[in-house]
Amino acid sequence: MVEIIYNIAGIIALAGIVIAFIRLLLGPTAADRTVALDAMTIITISLIAWLGYMLGRKIYLDVAMVYALISFIGVVAIARYLERGL
Amino acid sequence: MNSISYILFIIGAAFDLLGCLGLLRLPDVYNRLQSATKSVTLGTCSILLGLFFHYGFSAIGIKALIAIPLLFFTSTVAAHALIRSSYKAGIKLSDKTVVDHYKELKQ
Repeated sequence: MVEIIYNIAGIIALAGIVIAFIRLLLGPTAADRTVALDAMTIITISLIAWLGYMLGRKIYLDVAMVYALISFIGVVAIARYLERGL
Repeated sequence: MNSISYILFIIGAAFDLLGCLGLLRLPDVYNRLQSATKSVTLGTCSILLGLFFHYGFSAIGIKALIAIPLLFFTSTVAAHALIRSSYKAGIKLSDKTVVDHYKELKQ
C-alpha cells in the first residue's frame, strides 16, 4: 500500500517533467525555454531523491546536491548571456 | 513518522505537477517563471523533507535536510538573475499586464 503511494508520487512528478518539456519545445523566446529547463532540473532533483529512497542508496542525495549546484551555474550563465554580458 | 513522510511526498509531487501546468498555461515569461520557480521549489523541498522524516537523524536524512536550504537559495537567486536579464533583453510583457513598477522606477 505504502509503496504504491510512493510510486504514484514519482509518476506525478514525472508527468510534471513531461509538461515542462512541452513548454521547452513550444517556448517563443529563449527565456521561456530556460525557465522550462530550470523547472525540469528542479523536478529532476526531487526524482533523484525519490530514486534514492526507492533503491535505499545514500549516495543519490549527494548526486542531487551536486546537480542543484550545476543547474544554478547553468542558469546564471544563460542569464548573463541573455543580458549580453558574456 | 512514516505517514507524515508519504503525505509530504504526495504534496510535493502535486506542487511539482501544478507548477508545470502553470508553466504551460500562463501568458508571458514573467508569469511563467512566477509559477514554475516558486511552486516547483516548494514541491522539491517538500519531497526532501519527507525523505528526512522517513529516515530521521541518519546520514541520508541529514543530507536531505542540508539539500533543502541549498536548493532554496540557489533556485531563487537563479530565477532572479534570469528574469532580470530577460527584462533587460527587452522581452515584452503580456497584453493583460496592468502595472510595471520597474519601468516607472527607471523614469
